[in-house]
Amino acid sequence: MLFPIVSIIETYFCEMKILIVEDEIELREILEASLLKEKYVVESAADYNSALEKISMYDYDCILLDIMIPNGSGLDILEKLKKMDKSDNVIIISAKNSLDDKITGLALGADDYLTKPFHIAELNARIKAVLRRKDLSGKNFIEVGNTVFDIQERTLFVDGINIHLNRKEFDILNYFLLNKNRLVTKTALAERVWGDHIDQADNYDFIYYQIKNLRKKLEDSNSDILIETIYGVGYKLSER
Amino acid sequence: MKLHNRSLIYLSLAFLFIIGIWSVVFYINLKDEIRDSIDDGLENSRLLILQKVKTDTTLLLQNQFGGNNFEIHPISKEKAHKFKDIYKDTLMHRANDEDLEPVRMLHSAFEHQDNYYQMNIISSLIEEDDLIEDSFWSLFWLFIILVASVIIVNNVVLRKVWTPFYDILNRLKTFRLDKEEGVIRTATKTTEFLQLQEASNALIRHSKEAYDSQKQFTENASHELQTPIAIITNKLELLLESENLQEKEANTIAEVINMADRLKRLNTSLLLLAKIENKQFIDEEKVSINSIANGLLENYRELADFKHIEIDVVERNDLGVDMNASLAETLISNLVANAIFHNKKNGRISIQITDKEFSISNTGPAAALNPQTIFHRFVKDQTNSNSTGLGLAICMAICKSYEISLDYSFKAKEHSFTIDFKNNIQSV
Repeated sequence: MLFPIVSIIETYFCEMKILIVEDEIELREILEASLLKEKYVVESAADYNSALEKISMYDYDCILLDIMIPNGSGLDILEKLKKMDKSDNVIIISAKNSLDDKITGLALGADDYLTKPFHIAELNARIKAVLRRKDLSGKNFIEVGNTVFDIQERTLFVDGINIHLNRKEFDILNYFLLNKNRLVTKTALAERVWGDHIDQADNYDFIYYQIKNLRKKLEDSNSDILIETIYGVGYKLSER
Repeated sequence: MKLHNRSLIYLSLAFLFIIGIWSVVFYINLKDEIRDSIDDGLENSRLLILQKVKTDTTLLLQNQFGGNNFEIHPISKEKAHKFKDIYKDTLMHRANDEDLEPVRMLHSAFEHQDNYYQMNIISSLIEEDDLIEDSFWSLFWLFIILVASVIIVNNVVLRKVWTPFYDILNRLKTFRLDKEEGVIRTATKTTEFLQLQEASNALIRHSKEAYDSQKQFTENASHELQTPIAIITNKLELLLESENLQEKEANTIAEVINMADRLKRLNTSLLLLAKIENKQFIDEEKVSINSIANGLLENYRELADFKHIEIDVVERNDLGVDMNASLAETLISNLVANAIFHNKKNGRISIQITDKEFSISNTGPAAALNPQTIFHRFVKDQTNSNSTGLGLAICMAICKSYEISLDYSFKAKEHSFTIDFKNNIQSV
């Protein structure tokens, strides 16, 4: 093991407790299903009162908080969390792309603001970012077999050898690593790496080209990271 | 033209008209009055002369005016019987004047000791042109004094009286729906101004209500549509992860995900358009078009490289504008993205930034686009099914909301868009 601490973090992630506050039952079930795949401990609340009860009784490592919930506002819950000094691990998930709510939410200490609809891969990435910020004050590494990815320094080492990645390649690999063993659709990847406006592109063929370069670099250095193409709609990173 | 001046003009015209008519009437009356009194005098002279003739017959020989104001000629009896007293205006030579002078003359006949005589008595008249001239000047000065007093009254009194009106006007001029402003309260007791104030406040209240409910609708529509789209997308994404999925099924799922993404894009674009048109983007700041453009080009470099598009940027100056940062970004981004996405393989893009303008031209479809409809909603390139047909409509809405111009032209087989920021250049 090159960096023993990393594997400890990886296992620690698996015991993370996450609370979903979302009134829409369908969406709540999907989020639960997806988060369970990440081996998190998942609890959920459908309205203001049950959410309030849960946050006052338990500590969560990350809270996904919808703003428009029955019997109250998610922002009120956020305020309560702020008073308990527990608002820094909240990700607001709102259908309202409202600047006011975003500002209020972030001012109340929320970590992030995600507008519905979002891609599952994007939610995974945001949750990982919250968990990492919460539990690591120093450097961030992700290790997959013989490959170490340094988020802070933006470097990639395979068997201790530095592999040069350009900015986009780094961002792509980072996103895949945050979604390890999960499907990342081309659209989700494009929006993450190239921004919202990329969705006007007539096709995502250019992504294939980027992935091809990245794969070549990983293969040439015998990395344990494998990027598979899934049915031509997306990709999945896994360990060989 | 200001209210003051307009009322001054009307008042002056009215004065001119009234004084004109009045002076004619006055002049005629005055003249009649003068004639009457002269005629009375002539009648009086006649009686006096007739009395004198009874005692002094030499008067009957006075057949020329000479120094007196009468002359007497003998006439036949028949003529004398037919004679009636006539007053008339006539002209005569007077000793003190070379010109003919206007006189009033009384022709009369009388009998003295069975002889009949005609008597003409005169009395000098006021010279008419002198009268007219004098009256004209006095009326002229009256007119000037009236107009002058109107100006003074206007400036001093009316200005004071109209102050509440200008207060209300200024409030309405600077009124903006997106700013929280109190009701208009002007210190006035004038009924009309109070009514105007009330009407303005009612109008403001109604607009605010309409604006707020529109805003509310925009946000609610967003919420109501985004959640089902989120469920569709996320469910399908999870479904794609399930094992034992056939390639064909997976592709179908992927297609549906793409459709849901398109729906999401349409929804967010329409909401963005509505928000721009409602002027819900308020915060303005100093934005550098140069750095936005360069950032976007860096971001889209892989796309451009993939299509082998050559990009040529000429920055003649720093273009700094006062705009909402995210709208500025959207505006430039849509144009840059268009230039890349609608370009052909091995094409070209050239961007030019001056101190007032941003222009971008690109190779692409061989024919010019219709400049009349290109900025309309849902006008789109049929070959690109991913396009929402709202990109340029959004650009146009942004430009309209900032009163900056966005023009399309087709020159030398290149499509070119130019934004002229001259209305939005920050004041240094």
